[in-house]
Amino acid sequence: MILLDSFINIFIKAAFVENLVLAYFLGMCSYLAVSKTVKTAFGLGLAVIFVLGITMPINWLIGEYLLSENGLLGIDLTFLRLILFIAVIASMVQLVEMVVEKVSPALYNSLGIFLPLITVNCAILGGSLFMVAREYNLTESVAFGLGGGFGWFLAIIAIAAIREKIKYSAVPPALRGLGMAFLLTGLMGMAFMSLMGIDPEALTSLSN
Amino acid sequence: MAEVITKVEEKEPLFGKKERKLIMDPLTDNNPITVQVLGICSALAVTSLVYPSVVISIAVVFVCAFSSLFTSLIRERIPSQVRMIVQLVIIASLVTIVELVLKWANYPIYKQLSVYIGLIITNCIVMGRLEAYAMANKPWRSFVDGIGNGLGYGAILILVAIFRELFGKGTLFAGSPIELKFIGPTPEYMINTVAEGSWFGWYANNNLMVLPAAAMFIIAIFIWVQRSRNPELVDIS
Repeated sequence: MILLDSFINIFIKAAFVENLVLAYFLGMCSYLAVSKTVKTAFGLGLAVIFVLGITMPINWLIGEYLLSENGLLGIDLTFLRLILFIAVIASMVQLVEMVVEKVSPALYNSLGIFLPLITVNCAILGGSLFMVAREYNLTESVAFGLGGGFGWFLAIIAIAAIREKIKYSAVPPALRGLGMAFLLTGLMGMAFMSLMGIDPEALTSLSN
Repeated sequence: MAEVITKVEEKEPLFGKKERKLIMDPLTDNNPITVQVLGICSALAVTSLVYPSVVISIAVVFVCAFSSLFTSLIRERIPSQVRMIVQLVIIASLVTIVELVLKWANYPIYKQLSVYIGLIITNCIVMGRLEAYAMANKPWRSFVDGIGNGLGYGAILILVAIFRELFGKGTLFAGSPIELKFIGPTPEYMINTVAEGSWFGWYANNNLMVLPAAAMFIIAIFIWVQRSRNPELVDIS
């Protein structure tokens, strides 16, 4: 039960309170570039949840059993962390791409170029680095991966929906497009800050 | 003989007009953040203080310049299917160097920046310049282009940080040897409401500026000003 509690805690915290985009600016590039229509934003959001959910536990295992001093090799290899993490992410994205292409060509076509783009999405590497910095264990890192991915998904869908509507408004020409996207992200960030009042621990104790 | 002489004259200088353009363009009309929309990721989160922003800007200039140089040197040998991985390995090694040097040189700031040093790897501006410029140009030019884009990126980062720190905390370069404090005596009517310091006694620190959202607003204002002055940059879509 304690395991489940901490899982829910970290999931809610990562998704709402410490949203990867709105509080840490992670994954902003694809967030701004791919948020012109809700449909593409939806596909990319799903792909990010998926890749974050997979790479976090793998990177955790690598960090724990390969790189740390207590690991299999018995040598402190933490300076290789960045290179190994990014290699894992790149190869996982490649693998996911191949699997999706084989299993569901329809989904593959709808995701299109967004799948390979995820490799350079800061949110993915950022998730793994936060996991190391905060010393999460395996379950916690899975929760953080899924929660962070879900928060990213929510943020990109919200901004895409707003940007679709804002096309019909009379925005000053110089602010059109990018400028407005920044302003909206700022406002959304402030809106999400009001969720800081959520105390995940209180929620889980209620359910008990 | 005459032909030989003209050929010698045609040889381009080491730092000519084109190189100057490569450095100046990203600082103004082709800024990586406000125009190319690259590299907004990651590093903005450190802009609540000026000092860490300066450190991370220097790191980005270094990584950007040298990754462009190395990629350009081996650009003809990289098979195009695996070029992303090759580029990532080059960038990741450079970032590891930066991380280790910073850890040795200034441990407190290394702790403060923590994950954001590693996140330079996925900073789109580095990868974007490799793809767009270094893969198709000579090493020296690519190196200069890398420096230019790194500087253009750093300039925005430091500008944002100056606004946020000055109006949010009433200090500049806090944590560095040249720390400046703009805190005067607190006027009587503020004593009960403002916990600490205000500027020369009349400006209360604006806590909004410390929030992540403020960075977004400040960049939006930069974009607004820049595009009003140069209508060619306006988004048509």
